[in-house]
Amino acid sequence: MIPISHYLTLGAIIFIIGSIGVLTRKNAIIILMSIELMLNGVNITLVAFSYHLADLTGQIFAIFVVAVAAGEAAVGLAIIIALFRCRATVNVDEIQLLKW
Amino acid sequence: MINLSLLTPEIIVLITALIVLILDLLPWRGRKVLLATVGVLGTVGALLITMGQWDLREEAFYGMVAIDNFSVYFKALFLIICTLTILLSINYITRGGIDLGEYYSLVLLATFGYMFMASGTDLITIFLALEILSLAVYILAGFMRHSPKSNESAFKYFLLGAFSSAFLLYGIANIYGVVGNTNLKDIAQYLSQEAALKNPLFLAGMGLLLVGFGFKVAIVPFHMWTPDVYEGSPTTVTAFMAVGTKAASFAAFLRVFFYTLEPLKGQWVPVLWLLAAVTIIFGNTVAIYQKNIKRMLAYSAIAHAGYILVAMVAGNDLGSSSILYYLLVYSLMNLGAFGVVIIVEKKEEENLTISDYRGLAYKHPMLSAAMSLFLLSLAGIPPTGGFVGKFYIFSAAVSGGYVGLAIIGVLGSAIALYYYLRIIVYMYMYDPEKEFLDGPVPFFSAAALVITAIGTILLGITPARILELAHYSISYLGH
Repeated sequence: MIPISHYLTLGAIIFIIGSIGVLTRKNAIIILMSIELMLNGVNITLVAFSYHLADLTGQIFAIFVVAVAAGEAAVGLAIIIALFRCRATVNVDEIQLLKW
Repeated sequence: MINLSLLTPEIIVLITALIVLILDLLPWRGRKVLLATVGVLGTVGALLITMGQWDLREEAFYGMVAIDNFSVYFKALFLIICTLTILLSINYITRGGIDLGEYYSLVLLATFGYMFMASGTDLITIFLALEILSLAVYILAGFMRHSPKSNESAFKYFLLGAFSSAFLLYGIANIYGVVGNTNLKDIAQYLSQEAALKNPLFLAGMGLLLVGFGFKVAIVPFHMWTPDVYEGSPTTVTAFMAVGTKAASFAAFLRVFFYTLEPLKGQWVPVLWLLAAVTIIFGNTVAIYQKNIKRMLAYSAIAHAGYILVAMVAGNDLGSSSILYYLLVYSLMNLGAFGVVIIVEKKEEENLTISDYRGLAYKHPMLSAAMSLFLLSLAGIPPTGGFVGKFYIFSAAVSGGYVGLAIIGVLGSAIALYYYLRIIVYMYMYDPEKEFLDGPVPFFSAAALVITAIGTILLGITPARILELAHYSISYLGH
């Protein structure tokens, strides 16, 4: 029997890896992937809690999160494609028209 | 109980959004105005039904959605915002070459999300509502597909928005793990035990929630996206999200923190105190240096979020009702100010810097008078609604014992006076150098301006009735 703390630690590690990816990577697609990683870290946490508490809410929530992540990926990729058509780059360092 | 009939306003908005999408396929030249008409009819119908739900105090979907006065007040506000945005958009999106049917549909879908932000009483509902509205607004921000700025603003908004909602979600997951449920009522019940208040996992969850909401309402230090996104988006979308997204996020923020996390006040009030002070000082100071009017209004929107936080910190009766009052005034005056910017703006980003407003009063006296009214209201000069709102907020802070914060707020408003008055000076004290508009002021935009101007003045002259409504809305929160 694996204790719940293992799952929670795994979830937290994945969440942190994802957030480091968002903060350090330059490629927009990889940033998008890192965000998905963060959401999946949350999913692991939710499902682990759900199993531990013997309560279904967490698993239902995880399914909602998966659905939302799919919608987010669709919109995000569309935005990145539109941006690429306009600027021919997905490097976040070069996307800096707007600044004070 | 599911009680689907209680959600009639939301369902009307959703169906209107879908009808607009289908009608857009009609092979008929004049259909764009038809789309806007259908959109306005749908929102006005939903508004009437929402008003009929006053004092209903019911729950739907097994306690996941509440139809209480709090949500009715906010839903009415969102529907008014949606109607005004559609009115302001009709001419603008034709000029900007983005008159696609999806535009109105997305505005309505975002409004649908706003409405659930106000009525959600379960963290799942609130998260879903947040995502519904965010996804719609991400697309709207990038709606000018051929403009690099619009694309860039959608991109920045999307990345930072998704990043912040991941934090919000992690906070919800932690709270769920501690409480064993995501319903706000159960969380409140859990917090009524003494030992629960010290649970570190719960406190971490609350902190992450604060980050998520702080991002959406744009308070310092979670504001970095605001100026860029507000500058790059089509101006109608900027107006829509500056008021709508902010008010919707404050609605959920208030419900979660004022009602559910009330027992933890000792922990979150000092944090909000600091954030409010920093937000007011930063927003107002940086706004002075802006040359682009949309960017300036973006920093002013940040500062206004700070004023609302002051009322949240005060937390007393007057403070909580003044938040609702202020959000209404803020929506009207900000929509009005952006409305003038929308009318004056020309294609290719022309007329967007503050010095472009040179001499506007000599060419379009009514337009400049309206702009001056909105700016004075934003600055908080009597007899406008902005003055009354600020007055209530700061007196709530003083009577709540937060004199220092009230002083910071008043000083911030004094700084703000400078950059608002600067536009008025440009409009009235210089000679015009060019023609501003290609034709007369478009009818629908003018109608929206008249509505917002009348609202701003009325709220300044007879605030008692609305303040009473606001008080009545928030004091029954959770009962």
